[in-house]
Amino acid sequence: MLTYVLRRLGLAVITVFAITVVTFVILHLPPVDFVTAYAAQVAASGSSISPAEADAMRLAYGLNEPLLVQYWKWLSMVAVGDFGRSFEYGRPVTEVIGDRLWLTILLSLGAIVVTWGLALPIGIYSAVRQYSIGDYIFTFIGFAGLAVPNFLFALIIMYVGLRVFNTSVGGLFSSEFQLAPWSWAKVWDLAGHLPIPMLILALAGTAQLVRIMRANLLDELRRPYVVTARARGLSERRVIMKYPVRAALNPFASTIGYLLPYTVSGSIIISVVLSLPTVGPLLLHSLISQDMLLGSTIILMLGVLTVFGTLLSDLLLMWIDPRIRLGQLK
Amino acid sequence: MADPILSVRDLHTYFVADEGVVRAVDGTSFDLHSGRTLGIVGESGCGKSVTAKSILRIVERPGRIVSGQIMLRRQNGSTVDLTTLPTDGRDMRSIRGGEIGLVFQEPMSSLSAFHTIGNQLMEAIRLHTNLSKRAIREQAIELLAMVGIPRPAQRIDSYSFELSGGLRQRVMIAMALAAEPRVLIADEPTTALDVTTQAQILDLIRRLQQERDLAVMLITHDMGVIAEMADDVVVMYLGKEVEKGPVDDIFHAPRHPYTKSLLRSIPSVLAEPRSRLATITGSIPHPFARPGGCPFHPRCPDRHAVCEITVPAEVVIGENHVTACHLYNKVAA
Amino acid sequence: MSATTAESRVAVATQRQLIWWRFRKHKLALVSAFVVLAFYVVAVFADTIAYTEPFDTQASRSYIPPQPIHWFDAAGHFHPTVNALKGTRDPRTFKLAYVPDASEPRDLVLFGHGYEYRLFGIIPTDIHLLGVVNSRPQDALFLLGTDQLGRDVFSRLILASRTSLSIGLIGVVISLVLGVLLGGISGLYGGWIDVVIQRVIEILRSIPTIPLWMGLASAVPNSWTPQQVYFAITLIISLIGWTELARVVRGRFLALREEDFITAAELAGASQMRIIFKHMVPSFLSHIIAAVSLALPAMIISETTLSFLGLGLRPPAISWGVLLQDAQNLQTLALAPWLLVVALPVIVVILAFNFLGDGLRDAADPYG
Repeated sequence: MLTYVLRRLGLAVITVFAITVVTFVILHLPPVDFVTAYAAQVAASGSSISPAEADAMRLAYGLNEPLLVQYWKWLSMVAVGDFGRSFEYGRPVTEVIGDRLWLTILLSLGAIVVTWGLALPIGIYSAVRQYSIGDYIFTFIGFAGLAVPNFLFALIIMYVGLRVFNTSVGGLFSSEFQLAPWSWAKVWDLAGHLPIPMLILALAGTAQLVRIMRANLLDELRRPYVVTARARGLSERRVIMKYPVRAALNPFASTIGYLLPYTVSGSIIISVVLSLPTVGPLLLHSLISQDMLLGSTIILMLGVLTVFGTLLSDLLLMWIDPRIRLGQLK
Repeated sequence: MADPILSVRDLHTYFVADEGVVRAVDGTSFDLHSGRTLGIVGESGCGKSVTAKSILRIVERPGRIVSGQIMLRRQNGSTVDLTTLPTDGRDMRSIRGGEIGLVFQEPMSSLSAFHTIGNQLMEAIRLHTNLSKRAIREQAIELLAMVGIPRPAQRIDSYSFELSGGLRQRVMIAMALAAEPRVLIADEPTTALDVTTQAQILDLIRRLQQERDLAVMLITHDMGVIAEMADDVVVMYLGKEVEKGPVDDIFHAPRHPYTKSLLRSIPSVLAEPRSRLATITGSIPHPFARPGGCPFHPRCPDRHAVCEITVPAEVVIGENHVTACHLYNKVAA
Repeated sequence: MSATTAESRVAVATQRQLIWWRFRKHKLALVSAFVVLAFYVVAVFADTIAYTEPFDTQASRSYIPPQPIHWFDAAGHFHPTVNALKGTRDPRTFKLAYVPDASEPRDLVLFGHGYEYRLFGIIPTDIHLLGVVNSRPQDALFLLGTDQLGRDVFSRLILASRTSLSIGLIGVVISLVLGVLLGGISGLYGGWIDVVIQRVIEILRSIPTIPLWMGLASAVPNSWTPQQVYFAITLIISLIGWTELARVVRGRFLALREEDFITAAELAGASQMRIIFKHMVPSFLSHIIAAVSLALPAMIISETTLSFLGLGLRPPAISWGVLLQDAQNLQTLALAPWLLVVALPVIVVILAFNFLGDGLRDAADPYG
């Protein structure tokens, strides 16, 4: 079990390292370096920064030194939470991101809960009642969920909301709360706005998980231990819920490994379409205006948080699977 | 002989699929008596396991019992036809495990890997008694000791993958007998085990049978196991019983060509060294391509023109000894 | 046909026949195969099917709703016509607006003349599937309306399918080369190479792809030509798409290594190359084809998403994502809901690919 934990930890560390490298590459990809871009931006807005100020920034990031040194300097700053300043907003990146990161996490985790909450019962139903009308209906909806890209779905919902219900489904807060400080009323307002984006975000993932759950459970239902459980005199319902569902739950739960990155990805696009105050629109905007310190920081944070979430769920999974806990499985 | 505890009459279990109908069990009748062992023998795919599942009413879809009776004399003295009970009803559930125990053929996968063996064993007890939690656990440990599992008090909290194949099969037997049923169906209980473990498991079944006066139905493809264990034998081919009788008659005076071929194909230590082992020509036909007439005729060394056309009726050969073959029909006629 | 002959037919059938027979049973997959084929035919003949020059803007024709074809004339004879647009001035604002004029029907014909283009990029012609007699099509034919700049949505949609479908195809080819190469090495050699490649795949799969794509795509310089952008975007998309294909290939290699017929070939003294190309590749080709047809829609979604966000292909390039960008905000949707029609081919083609891939995957295991 210890080797398993160490392996997972090691992999997480390597992944985080890989993410920092990718982020660094993205930071330096634009043909114009970000300090020059910053100076130009500031100049365009009327004021200007002195050449000395620009040089100080270049020095801090080691822009005139070899890439490896630049990477190290940047990494040392990032490691202590100094992500630099957003050029467009003229404020520290962390300040600009602010609550948006937590709202992103809230939206993504909420969507994952919805995904599982829907996929589990539907998957079980579809497997146990294979080839029933319900199974066909869910299979069809599932295919539709897979085929409609997130953003299109959001777009269609928005259009329907406008046309049929004459309401706007965009945003996470009513207008009176948008700039208000946090209060219970604001939290309540948020809770009212979250379900629709969560559902949209959960649709594609649910479709995939239903298929996984259905296939796994169909496999498990043919196993001899199901026959012996029946032969013991358990009711059919108890047989299925206690044994094959339990066995099918593991591969199902381990899908969080890619469900999490997938959902986080989806939240970005949905937020753009529905103008949700998550990091999504911020990321898009910063990338288009080449505000690279802001953009790369968001990519880094999303990546690292995803890895952390996956690691956490892996360890939890390990705990619930006796085969791993007792060292039977690699 | 006393009244049978379980008697199967003309059982037909079919699987209806898009491609056609598979007649997995196509007319079998036999009786189980307390303290006696009935061996059911045949090649794989001849409907032995489906017969066992039919008795417990756990045939998977699309299979279902089309006709026939399965009469069980219950512990309260009444007799019930199991084919008339709802499959998931209270009566049938109390019979499964409670009056008929099943040991299934694959000890490797017959236990859930996610639950301890104690969990599954205690469940079997709890379903058929009203004991307290503590009493159930004690009884489970007792059962494990009874089937010869060393250190049962610790083993009860093990997972199945921590046990060897032989130990798992012992656990399966303990589970089948947990609620003290009077009928034990053992479906190829030793097929997946090595030879020494096989002997131990068979000894265990025999010992428990004597202790508890069990009626045992032993399903196997191994004529050696039959010779060692059975009192009566049913030989099945493609879902039909082709010969049935006391074990001595079957081994010493087999009548049906299929039984004879089965017996010829047993490797013997007494055989001439390097002599060829007899085999049955051909193979079991595809389930959808069932031959007309006597199902065995394409592979039968003694076939006649009539075998291809009409299904042979059962002919009484001796006391409790019947066979379904045209050879003896002619003699009788 | 009796069961026995059916059985003997199965026994002597080649692998390819078995797959075909199984595939044929999936009616939905079969239909989907035709749908996919139809889409690619449209993509190849896009210029012929489109009837208006896709870049032909005319601000005064902006947001014209879809105009119906009138199939029968007043006498009830089959005589398809469309109404020409007539410019009218708003009496108060004096703004010129175009409205269809029922008094001026134009005959609709097959294979009429329109703008000039080169068929397959070679043959110069001006023949289009639909044409309007005695008039330019852009004055009368608006099957799906126009966008803000007065461009014909139908013609643009048809031409966009060429870009979006081909990007998926090229992206899949790149992914396939990467996937087969790395997956094959991984599965064939095992050991530390396998471990390294597996870790790389795991790492790539655990990073949220959209932000990554966005970051990479935003670095594509504005000065690049549409062709350069096209290839850069394709490359970015396939950079991550290969992992799934590599996983499939590796899995098949690992499974096949254990198969008796491979051992038999090895014992018979067949060379490594012969074993791989004569025995292994044919036996998992079907799995690869299935995986490809499932990877393709993912590629198409990726391109569409990136372009929709404004980080993928950009105008003047036309792709489904670029067209959907026009439908991004609510005001536009309220004003010109027909712009959303672009969503339809996206959904249909992705559904078709998924059904096709599913059917292929089931068929790929003829004995399973």
